[in-house]
This record gives sequence, C-alpha cells and structure tokens, in this order.
Amino acid sequence: MSWEPVIGLEIHAQLQTKSKIFSGASTAFGSEPNTQACIIDLGMPGVLPVLNREAVRMAIAFGLAIGAPVAPRSIFARKNYFYPDLPKGYQISQYETPIVGKGSVRILMDDGAVREIGVTRAHLEEDAGKSLHEDFHGMSGIDLNRAGTPLLEIVSEPDMRSAKEAVAYMKTIHALVRYLGICDGNMQEGSFRCDANVSVRRGGDPKFGTRCEIKNINSFRFVERAINHEIERQIEVIEGGGKIDQETRLYDPDRNETRTMRSKEEANDYRYFPDPDLLPVVVDDAFVAAVRDSLPELPEAKRERFMAHYALSAYDAGVLTASRELADYYESTVAAANGESKFAANWVMGDLAAFLNKEGREIADSPVTPAMLGSLVNRIVDKTISGTIAKKVFELMWNGEGDPDAVIARHGLKQVTDTGAIEKAIAEVMAENPQQLGQYRSGKDKLFGFFVGQVMKKTQGKASPEQVNALLKDKLAP
Amino acid sequence: MSKFHTMTAAHVAAGLRKREFSSLEVTRSFLDRIASLDGHLNSFITVTPESALAAAKAADARIAGGEAVTALTGVPYAHKDIFCTKGVRTSCGSRMLENFIAPYDATVTRRFQDAGMVMLGKTNMDEFAMGSSNETSCFGPVRNPWDLQRVPGGSSGGSAAAVAARIAPFATGTDTGGSIRQPAALCGITGIKPTYGAVSRFGMIAFASSLDQGGPMAVTAEDAALVLNVMAGSDPRDSTSVERDKEDYTRVLGDPLRGLRVGMPKEFFGSDGLDPKVGDAVHAAAAELVRLGASLVEVSLPNSELSIPAYYVVAPAECSSNLSRFDGVRFGYRCKDPKDLMDLFCRSRGEGFGAEVKRRIMIGTYALSAGYYDAYYLQALKVRRLIRNDFDAAFTRCDVILGPTSPTTAFRIGEKTDDPVTMYLSDIYTIAVNLAGLPGMSIPCGFADGLPIGLQIIGRHFDEARMLNVAHQYQQATDWHARLPAQFA
Repeated sequence: MSWEPVIGLEIHAQLQTKSKIFSGASTAFGSEPNTQACIIDLGMPGVLPVLNREAVRMAIAFGLAIGAPVAPRSIFARKNYFYPDLPKGYQISQYETPIVGKGSVRILMDDGAVREIGVTRAHLEEDAGKSLHEDFHGMSGIDLNRAGTPLLEIVSEPDMRSAKEAVAYMKTIHALVRYLGICDGNMQEGSFRCDANVSVRRGGDPKFGTRCEIKNINSFRFVERAINHEIERQIEVIEGGGKIDQETRLYDPDRNETRTMRSKEEANDYRYFPDPDLLPVVVDDAFVAAVRDSLPELPEAKRERFMAHYALSAYDAGVLTASRELADYYESTVAAANGESKFAANWVMGDLAAFLNKEGREIADSPVTPAMLGSLVNRIVDKTISGTIAKKVFELMWNGEGDPDAVIARHGLKQVTDTGAIEKAIAEVMAENPQQLGQYRSGKDKLFGFFVGQVMKKTQGKASPEQVNALLKDKLAP
Repeated sequence: MSKFHTMTAAHVAAGLRKREFSSLEVTRSFLDRIASLDGHLNSFITVTPESALAAAKAADARIAGGEAVTALTGVPYAHKDIFCTKGVRTSCGSRMLENFIAPYDATVTRRFQDAGMVMLGKTNMDEFAMGSSNETSCFGPVRNPWDLQRVPGGSSGGSAAAVAARIAPFATGTDTGGSIRQPAALCGITGIKPTYGAVSRFGMIAFASSLDQGGPMAVTAEDAALVLNVMAGSDPRDSTSVERDKEDYTRVLGDPLRGLRVGMPKEFFGSDGLDPKVGDAVHAAAAELVRLGASLVEVSLPNSELSIPAYYVVAPAECSSNLSRFDGVRFGYRCKDPKDLMDLFCRSRGEGFGAEVKRRIMIGTYALSAGYYDAYYLQALKVRRLIRNDFDAAFTRCDVILGPTSPTTAFRIGEKTDDPVTMYLSDIYTIAVNLAGLPGMSIPCGFADGLPIGLQIIGRHFDEARMLNVAHQYQQATDWHARLPAQFA
C-alpha cells in the first residue's frame, strides 16, 4: 500500500523595517537583552500601537509578487494568550481579513519539473519576545528585543506531496522575499522560519488524513528531515493499527525526531477580536500601483530572461538566479567579459562558488569582483592564458593579488605562443624520451598525451595548448 | 485672601495673568485645603505638594516673563489616577498597580505640563475605572461632599468629589460608560465626555479601548471648555484620535439659544427606575432652555434599552484583553514565591485584582470564547450600530438631546455593592452615548433632599462647542453649579 504525504507550510518572514511594526524601537538583531524594547514593546499600561506604514508596503509587495489580491481594507485582531515573553497578553495579528489574499508560486524541482503551489494568504503580525532558559539558575530570563518585530506570515495550501517539494517551496519563498528586499532571510537569526503541517493518506484517497503541526523549523535541511521523519512516524502509527491525533509537535534536530508539544485538547482558545486600538488598514489603488511600479524583476522572470538572453540551460539559469546578489554578480561579470555568458556562467558556478563555499562567504564578500572575473574570462578568450593557468590566476586573485593582468604579469603566467620557444621545448622532450618516441612512432598513439604533458611541464603550463598540439603532431610524425 | 476655592478656574486664570496673585499662592491654598479637608473625602490617592509648588513657581516665572502664557498657565488641577505621570505613582485604584510608577507621561499629562498647569495630585477612582460608586478602589471609597455617607458616583469619583468640595479648581476624568457624567451629576459639578477620538488615549490606562474617553470635570461649562482646549487634539501616538484642526471650545459660549432645537427622548422619561424628583428637575431645566429661546421636540431612541446589555458585552470583552498585560512578569503586583509559571500568573492576577475587575474579566473572556463570539460580541456590535443609527435619526430633528444623567441622586455607600446589576443600571442614560461615540455632558440642574441632580446634554459628533454653549447659557441663568456643600464652603 502506497502512502501520499500532504504538506502545507506556514512561513514567518521578519520584515526588514528599521523600526518595529507598532513602535519606533529599532529592529536590529543581536543587541543586549531588553535594550531595544520601548514602553510600547513592553506593553506598559496606557500605551497604544501605531502601525508602521513600511510594513504594509512590504506585505503588499509580496502580495503582488505572488499574484494575490491586496485587501483594500484589512483588520488587525488580538490573539489572546498568556506567555511570559508576550508582553500584552495578546499578539496583534490579522485574523479574518488578511492584507494579502490567495496567490501562488511556481517551484522548480531538481529534475526540471515545475509545480504550482497555492498560497492561501499572507498577513501582518508582531513577533513575541524570547524566553531564555539558560544562565538563570532555575528561573527564566525574558528578552523583549524581538517583541514587536514585524512578521509576514505566509500560509500555503496543502499542495506539497513530499519533503523535497516543501523545501523547494520554502526556497522559492525565501528567494522571493529576498528579491523583494522585504526580509534578510537569515535563518540562523530566525528571520525566516516555518511551521509544517503534515498528514499522510493512502494513494488515491480523496480525503486528507489527520494532520500534525511541527513548530519552528529554522533551516532547509531541518524542514526536509523533520517532515520525512514525521511522515515515517505517521505511517508507522497507522500501519500499526493506531490513529493520528491532531497535535502540535516539536522537531529536535539533535535527535532527528518530533515529539508532542501540545494536544488538540490543550490548544488555546485565542479569543480573537478586532483590536480596538487600531483602525482598519485602508490601502488605496494608487498606493498599490506605486508599490507595483517599484517591484524589482522577480526570480522566475529573471530565470527566463537568463535562459533567453544568455543562452543558459534551465538548470544554470535557476542556480544563477537563486539570489538577486548572485544574479547581479553574474550579469556584471558577463558585461565585463564582453558578453561571454557561457564562460562567465561556468566560472561563477564553478570556481567562484567553490571558493565561496569553502570559506563560507557571501557573494557580496567575494574578494574577486565581477570586473576581475570578467577580465579573467577575456584573458582566456584572447588566449593570453590557458584555462588551466586561469584557475591559478583565480586563486591568486582570491588571495588578494589584484586584477588578472597584474597577476599574470607579476607571476609571468602569460601564455607562450612563440613557435620557436615551443619547438625548442618539443625538441628537448623528444631528446629526453627516446624510448617513448620510438613506441609512438611504431603506432602507440596513446602516448601523444604524454608528450603534450611533458611539453606543458617544461613551459610551466604556459604554452598555448593548441600550438603544442599542432606542432607536436608535426614533429612526432615518423 | 484664601478665597481661591470660591473662584472658577477662569477667574483664577484671569487673576494670574493680571498678576493679582501668584500661582504659588493659589497652589498653596489648594494644597492646604486638601491637607485639611480630604480626610473627610478620600478623594486623592497621591498628593504631590513638592512638584506642585515647583510647577507653580515655574508658571509664575513664565507669566512674569510674558512668554508662552496659555489661558490656564499656573492653574492647579487634580489628575485622575488613570493618566500616567512620569515619576509619580499611577495606581488606577488597584492593588495591581499600588506601587506602579510609569516611566512616561500620558499625552494629556504632557499637554497640561506644556500649558504650564499645576498638578496637585492623583485622584481616587473605581479600580481600573470599573464601577459607578468609587467603592471598588483598593484605596477605599470616596465620600460625597454633599453627604459623607453617600457615594460620589464613579468611576471618576475622586475627581468629582475634589471639584465639588473645591479642593481642586478642576480635575480630569475618564468616561467609558458614564464615568465622568454620573459622578459629575452625583456631586453637582460640570463634566464633559468628548466625542470618541477627540482626546488622546495615549497614557490613559485602558479599560475598554473603543469606549474610553478622557475629559474635564469642572465647576462651570466655561471652565470645562478652557480645559478641553488644552486636553483635546489629535495625537500621532493614538491611532484612534481623530485628525482635525485645533478648535476653540469657548468660541460660541456667549451665543444666545434662540432657534436651538432640544430633543427630549421619550425613552428617557418613562422608565420605573427614574426618581420623579430627578425627572421633574430635568423638565424644569428644559423649560428654562425654552425661556432662553430654545424649542423642545420629542425624539425617540428605540434601542436605548439594549445599551446596558450591549455595553456589558463589549466593555468586559475589551477589558479582559486589555488587562491581560497585568501578569506579574514585568510590572505591577507579583505574588509571593510562585511555585511555577501558572502559579505566578494565577495568583498575581487573583490577588492583584479586586472582585469587580475579576467579574468583568470573566464575563469578557466568556463572551469572546470560541463558539460564543458570534452570539455575544458580534451581536453587541450590531446593537451598537442600531444605537448609533437611533441617535443619527434623532439628530435630524434636533441639535442637542436632553435628559437625566443618572436615574437617582447619590446613593448610600454600601447600598448597591451586593447587587451589580442594580449598580450597572445607574449608568442607564449615559452608556448609549459611549456606544455611539458621541459627546455627552452633565451639569447641575437642581437638588433633591440636599443632593445634586445632573442634567445630561448629548451632542452630535464633535459638536462639543454647541453643548458647552447650551450649558453656559443655562448656567448664566441659574446658580445650581455655584453652590457649595456647607462643610466645604
């Protein structure tokens, strides 16, 4: 009997506003506890929230990017529950009327397949503070710096059928919010995190199974592992004759398992009602139009343009448009390389990606600029250096030795194209290897590569490989 | 010289500007009255003589320098203990905030400071403004200056009593269902609840956010208008404050009432609960307005009987959420030795809140619960809309609406404490005004058995200036407002 998982995600993206959603306090991460919580974030008696217009703009940008309607009038509600890091005893969120309605995104799977995933809604809300359970000798500390940070909660339809699809969806949304410049996407700092709703059903069953919600997953890897683990657990329970209870579970990455956090019976009654301290959010057409006009090119459009304009494969275009910074880097490199798009793609996705990866750096911190990489490509194309030497030049540039022309000059890496010099090296190689020469001439063609290698070695790799090939063919002939 | 307490705030202000006396003299005189007389009343929770004298000196310097002198510079006042005052305890009449010192000033507090006014102290009130008799304060009941065995009304009972006894020239109040008007009526003073959104709620500790509104409590309508000039105005820190041009509420005080159409809602006069002496006094006041040139028209507010049930869903629902922040974690009362988190929450709230507050939190929590929301909260919002429509219809036929403020005069302390519903009915004429967001005021219009009777004037949205005009003209023709309780003369 085959099982089909059904997955929906609730993604929380912290919006990159300078100040909080309902107060003027800073949203910067990493400050001393409780230094970025003002009287409003602390929920002091008598304080009132005032909506940050920038957060509204960002939510609208997201709505437009997923083709969703923007509500002309949306309402903030109070979600009431007691928790030490929830200062007011309620969270201000949107409940019945979210600012962003139903939209969708297309996700690209590794095998090139494209799937459309529905986004039910996206709404604005405030984040809570943090409870700190270490270092307080049996007590808990409360840090309210995060309290009031604007969040966009993006709720998907239950459209995903595997953990891989869930990851692809999450990556797509991640790229999108970063493209839009509305979220820094930093998952370690919790700027982008998700809850996963998972159920399983027998293949062909039109009805969904009972779902469990896995809370607060903050990496792509954990999403995949948590969901896969939960799928296996549910199948095991059902096949063992049991049934799934609707509940909230927590994923433990150290033990790679999920465990019960609270059952349906323990679920809070949040007593939602419209927040009387805030007026409805009224968005007029002109504002929406202004946001629409300011939207950047989005990942999907960019991917298609890269394929058409730079003659790239779907895969390459997908990799190069994974982030706006990478795509910009690539385009600048192509421009500096006089339009050598394929060469540029290979270098960006090859050596550059490998070096970035190895050192865990972001593209913005690359010591090799697009101008440097573009001119490196030019030096290959104009045969100043060979591809092999270029790798060496790249490494030297990475280590801070400056642009490729300087590196080539300083290290004498210019390709040798002087026929006389190459002929001299060939003659020496032939003289030093009489045995191999004899074998070659008696029909052992495979030894040709050996002679190329020896000549290149003698010229410290600088000889033009094409010339070496041509001259060797000639000289080695019996 | 110490006759300041027989003067209106307007007279005191005029004397200050003419340098006939100093703010320091006036302030000392009122501090002395508080010291000698408030023992009978318990109208203040906190008196702030040092900061008052410092503010008085500063005001005198400002007047001497002739710079930035406003109409009320140097005039002392009493502040309801619901408005946050930086550095001075703001208790809300609750054990929960018995030792709470706000780190900031309410917008109203700041406006008064900026105008150079002098705060004498913070006045007693029903706990978190929940009550109609000032008996729910954890600082003990306030007594009515006209009869110390009786309540002053509530929740702004301390402010009403202090003004009635002239131990403060005027005071601030807040009104969620009648908390300015009903104590003003029971103590024989003038109080106005402005249109919802006219006065900033920032720093005014919330009871029911969609109904709460601050306003002045004074001896005369003219004083109330002068104070409202300082209090009102849009505030970027309160999203529900309405953005409008600054208005002078005194501008039409002197206009004659010729042509004024006064609506008399028939539902306000037929009910069994209305004390006939109160009804008679209100009719006599209406006749006085006719003598001054107004005409009377009968109007109808058919849904007004639904206002109490609707109010006792909406207000507790909002309060149940507004008061969630008092959890013992960050500020306010915390229980001793909590054994775990739930114990901290439950005992801090259980011990910190009084019975009436807990009753309303329970009602509100129930009304918002899953499965009950539609039947209670949504239904109450619909009733609210009907009540507002009633007023809109009535105001097509009249300019102001007249009626009693409270069905009875001041009742005895303890008389209604065991019967919350009877207590709630004390606000039967005032609550609809809050549900509709309208301005309403109460002015003295007579006495019954030595106790003051309040006349309620209800106006259109943002029509306070006209209401104050009606009240002022009435006060020019009568002297009910000028009478002092013998013990405090």
